[in-house]
Amino acid sequence: MFSEVIKALSDGFLVTLQIFGITLLGALPLGLIIAFGSMSRFLPLKALVKTIVWIIRGTPLMLQLIAIYYGPGLLFHNNIWNYSNGRMTAVLVAFIVNYACYFSEIYRGGIESISKGQFEAGQVLGMTKSQIFFKIILLQVIKRIVPPMSNEIITLVKDTSLSRVIAVYEIIWAGQSFIKGAALIWPLFFTAVYYLAFCGILTVLFGLIEKKLSYFSA
Amino acid sequence: MSVLEINNIKKSFGRTEVLKGISFSLEKGEVLSIIGSSGSGKTTLLRCLNFLETADEGTISVNGSTIFDGSSAKKLSDSEIRSNRLHFGLVFQSFNLFPQYNILKNVMLAPTLLKRGSPEEVEAQARALIERVGLSDKISSYPCELSGGQQQRVAIARALALKPDILCFDEPTSALDPALTGEVLRVIKGLKSKDSTMIVVTHEMEFAKSVSDKVLFMADGIIEEYGTPDDVFGAPKSEKTKAFLNNSLERF
Ligand SMILES: Nc1ncnc2c1ncn2[C@@H]1O[C@H](COP(=O)(O)OP(=O)(O)OP(=O)(O)O)[C@@H](O)[C@H]1O
Ligand SMILES: [Mg+2]
Repeated sequence: MFSEVIKALSDGFLVTLQIFGITLLGALPLGLIIAFGSMSRFLPLKALVKTIVWIIRGTPLMLQLIAIYYGPGLLFHNNIWNYSNGRMTAVLVAFIVNYACYFSEIYRGGIESISKGQFEAGQVLGMTKSQIFFKIILLQVIKRIVPPMSNEIITLVKDTSLSRVIAVYEIIWAGQSFIKGAALIWPLFFTAVYYLAFCGILTVLFGLIEKKLSYFSA
Repeated sequence: MSVLEINNIKKSFGRTEVLKGISFSLEKGEVLSIIGSSGSGKTTLLRCLNFLETADEGTISVNGSTIFDGSSAKKLSDSEIRSNRLHFGLVFQSFNLFPQYNILKNVMLAPTLLKRGSPEEVEAQARALIERVGLSDKISSYPCELSGGQQQRVAIARALALKPDILCFDEPTSALDPALTGEVLRVIKGLKSKDSTMIVVTHEMEFAKSVSDKVLFMADGIIEEYGTPDDVFGAPKSEKTKAFLNNSLERF
């Protein structure tokens, strides 16, 4: 029985990891684009982006998942997620947009905390805006945002479990199915081992990044 | 032909008129010191020259060609502003070195990005400049490992690496320990030569007296007095200048 449980939990955890990885891959760059939008000098764009960020951060992720998955069917009688990986895709869309909004605020805070003198030093040296951002500002921003980002990313590991509300078979779902199927409660609690191990690895990883960037002070 | 000629530069922030028509010219190889009390517009003037601010009115000409004309309706494009900026260099009061790069890379970054020669040439030139400001032994240190005076000397080397026609300094020693101002002022003094033109905003009267060819005293956005150091310090014409000079002598 033990090996059976481990097999099922591990399968579920692979789905958890998949949601985690793809969400990061999408939300990290999308967050930067949203951050630039929210700092734009073009006011309509800035207002639009700020409104979206407000809505996404102001409502529960669980509600967003449900809205994205059931919304199209209820509103337009057109369930766009009606294909084999549809549920998973809906989950990824919801997670990427949600996390991109949180990341964007961290990025914005990081960028705005860099002294104006750094931008101006690049300007008087004849650099272009993108050279200034990528060659001067970015690494300083990364150094500053590692702690808040590591917080968000560790939250993401556990938020993946919300995807079970639209029946995506991740690790909590896998653990829970043993309650009904085999009247076993411990597999559900055993999922914590997976989460703890994975978050432990991430914590070590972020520690390494912080250490790697400690050679300069900014 | 003057290397720099500025005419009737005006600049307001909202309703406050900070520069009320500044005109002067500078010959190649000259050092101009700008003195004046806090808030008189010295920094704003340097920022207009370096296109960190855009003047509202007036013209700026370098080597005889007009690079800025406030009366022209056309807004300068980003790339025009960038090429205009390259006529000038600016050393900030607060150094603004790039913290993530060592000294050599701080000096090399802009010439590398602007493709000013092969990587070997850029590096050789950077090493020579760092030696000129006396920091060869710190070449692979990071800014946070240097004293303020050393950081400012790196900032000077970094500005020189693009060979600007006119190098501007905005109170280069104001953020420094009194004990460290000497080394920076000596480096600036050492740069004086027939083909380096400099504008130095400073509160160091002794420095202004001994190094500059011309001294400009600014008060409330206008040029109150302009002349050789002997004229301005020895025989000031305006009452405001006299009061300012008395004041700044009393401090010591
Ligand atoms: N970006 C800005 N927005 C609004 N007002 C400004 C701005 N920059 C400068 N000022 C105002 O312009 C005036 C001149 O400032 P400036 O920094 O040029 O003076 P300064 O001569 O360099 O003084 P200091 O010796 O203290 O450096 C000040 O009254 C200042 O408040
Ligand atoms: Mg100033």
